[in-house]
Amino acid sequence: MSDSQDVNASRRNLIVASATAGGAAAVGVAVPFAAAMLPSERAKALGAPVEADISGLQPGEMQIIEWRGKPVWILRRTKEMLEGIKKSGASVADPNSEVHLQPEYAKNEFRSIKQEVVVLEGVCSHLGCSPQFKGSDSKADMGADWNGGFFCPCHGSKFDLAGRVYKGAPAPVNLTVPPYAYLSETRILIGEDRKGA
Amino acid sequence: MAATQKEPVNITCAGPLNGMASGLLTWIDQRFPLMENWRSHLAEYYAPKNFNFWYYFGSLAMLVLVLQIVTGIFLTMHYKPDATLAFASVEYIMREVPFGWLIRYMHSTGSSAFFIVVYLHMFRGLLYGSYRKPRELLWIFGVVIYLCMMGEAFFGYLLPWGQMSYWGAQVIVNLFATIPVIGPDLSLWIRGDYVVSDATLNRFFALHVIAIPLVLLGLVAAHLLALHEVGSNNPDGIEIKAHKDAQGRPLDGIPFHPYYVVKDIYGVVVFLIVFAIILFFMPEMGGYFLEHNNFIPADPLKTPEHIVVVWYFTPYYSMLRAIPPMFNSQFPGVAVMGAATMILFLLPWLDRSPVKSIRYKGPIFKWALALFVVALVVLGYLGTVLTNEWGQFGAWMGGAERATVAARVFTLIYFLFFILMPWYSVIDKTKPEPQRVTG
Repeated sequence: MSDSQDVNASRRNLIVASATAGGAAAVGVAVPFAAAMLPSERAKALGAPVEADISGLQPGEMQIIEWRGKPVWILRRTKEMLEGIKKSGASVADPNSEVHLQPEYAKNEFRSIKQEVVVLEGVCSHLGCSPQFKGSDSKADMGADWNGGFFCPCHGSKFDLAGRVYKGAPAPVNLTVPPYAYLSETRILIGEDRKGA
Repeated sequence: MAATQKEPVNITCAGPLNGMASGLLTWIDQRFPLMENWRSHLAEYYAPKNFNFWYYFGSLAMLVLVLQIVTGIFLTMHYKPDATLAFASVEYIMREVPFGWLIRYMHSTGSSAFFIVVYLHMFRGLLYGSYRKPRELLWIFGVVIYLCMMGEAFFGYLLPWGQMSYWGAQVIVNLFATIPVIGPDLSLWIRGDYVVSDATLNRFFALHVIAIPLVLLGLVAAHLLALHEVGSNNPDGIEIKAHKDAQGRPLDGIPFHPYYVVKDIYGVVVFLIVFAIILFFMPEMGGYFLEHNNFIPADPLKTPEHIVVVWYFTPYYSMLRAIPPMFNSQFPGVAVMGAATMILFLLPWLDRSPVKSIRYKGPIFKWALALFVVALVVLGYLGTVLTNEWGQFGAWMGGAERATVAARVFTLIYFLFFILMPWYSVIDKTKPEPQRVTG
């Protein structure tokens, strides 16, 4: 090293270049560590979307499949059921689904992509019990103004057939609508939304 | 070359080992700055002579940190960070490991004690303006330590894998999911799975036992180095370095060792008595230190009726619940909660009073501080109960829940204490500071 105060420009450029390269390398090395915290292949496989075939689902029938350890209901609603949902609008706590418990495409009166087919997570938003289906023929035990819906046996929360919770129930919010998409007219993919499907 | 110039160390106690001990010290000192550090941080660190009750909590916080590390090490010898084994391994520690119950209760009581001591330590800073110039960085290190403690407590709380561990973690991780754009991916990255699961437990264990403790130790060292660089504040909030004797020692300072070492030992004894009483007679503290629901194993399909966070988070939890969703998002509440901690960083620049200590501040600051404490306590209480605890207002308020409205009012007071400080600290009628400490 010389004693002069002159800055050796090329040497300084080399220092800047190697510091930059070292910094880039440090960032690069951080990537695998950050990525190691993402869901593992096993977790992804266990949480993968599941496909449901609804070709055999008749109006008024419900099918239950399992996704990520939770029961998921697929219900093909009849005309009367949809009418019943319209009627219950005044007595449910969150008729317009303001609480974010559904994908954007299910934020409507019937909480579904297609009016007749609803997909719901069958887990009570109160304490996680699984509510039971009670058709409009259950007026005897559900009351004269019952339009059909779901009833949680644990603490008596009531939901309509769009999974909207009735006012005064212990459950604070509506049932969750999982992300889902139609692969075709009769096949639904649950756990993933696909635009344009 | 500096080492060879060091003078031999003289130990002045009598006895045959005297010469040998001095010789050993000299040998070490020529190779490691032992005596230099001893002098600069203890024997010749001059602390103001007028420290009072409030000055116990810094050293107590260090004591509790050591306690948590030592008990934590012994707990990891028996604990299993595996979702299928964790709950049972904690019960195994409690019932079958010799003195396991004692070590575990020391650790769980210690975490609450840590927060109590640190909250009092921070309050001391507020009382005497210990965050004011030149101690801004000291304060900032302290706030970062506080944030690390919150992380440490949160990660640790999942480990027993009880119902409240599980659902508390679920709720808190979901807070991150509310952040616009990156939220859902961020919470997935934190959990490492689509729900809180074994992957989450395993990484929280790693963060709790090694990552955060290492950072905490480094920060505590930085906190102490910054303190010893600028010198301790005191209840008068004046700089003792302004008046020095011929040797350059502050006239109002006394060496930390032995004077404050002895004082702090007294504090440690009193603290340990209180700590032992809680430890042996009420380790669960009526559900505040260890929540009842956490004695039930975690069940991902069954949400507890009332998810409550541990007491030291409840003021922030109250704020979170009090802020209504806006634009169909819970994010405003999360943002307010985050802002409530972040605003602490700005404190050194918000206080523009000509004096540091509450002793010379005017009535406005005293009222503001009193209101702030009331707000914190009320928010803390409201965070432990259901929002319908106080019933509902009548129709004139649209039937709003009283507790929610109260939480909103006190959240506002919490923030106004900081936001209005640049204004009220200037117009407040202060008293003149003394030249020398008043004892």
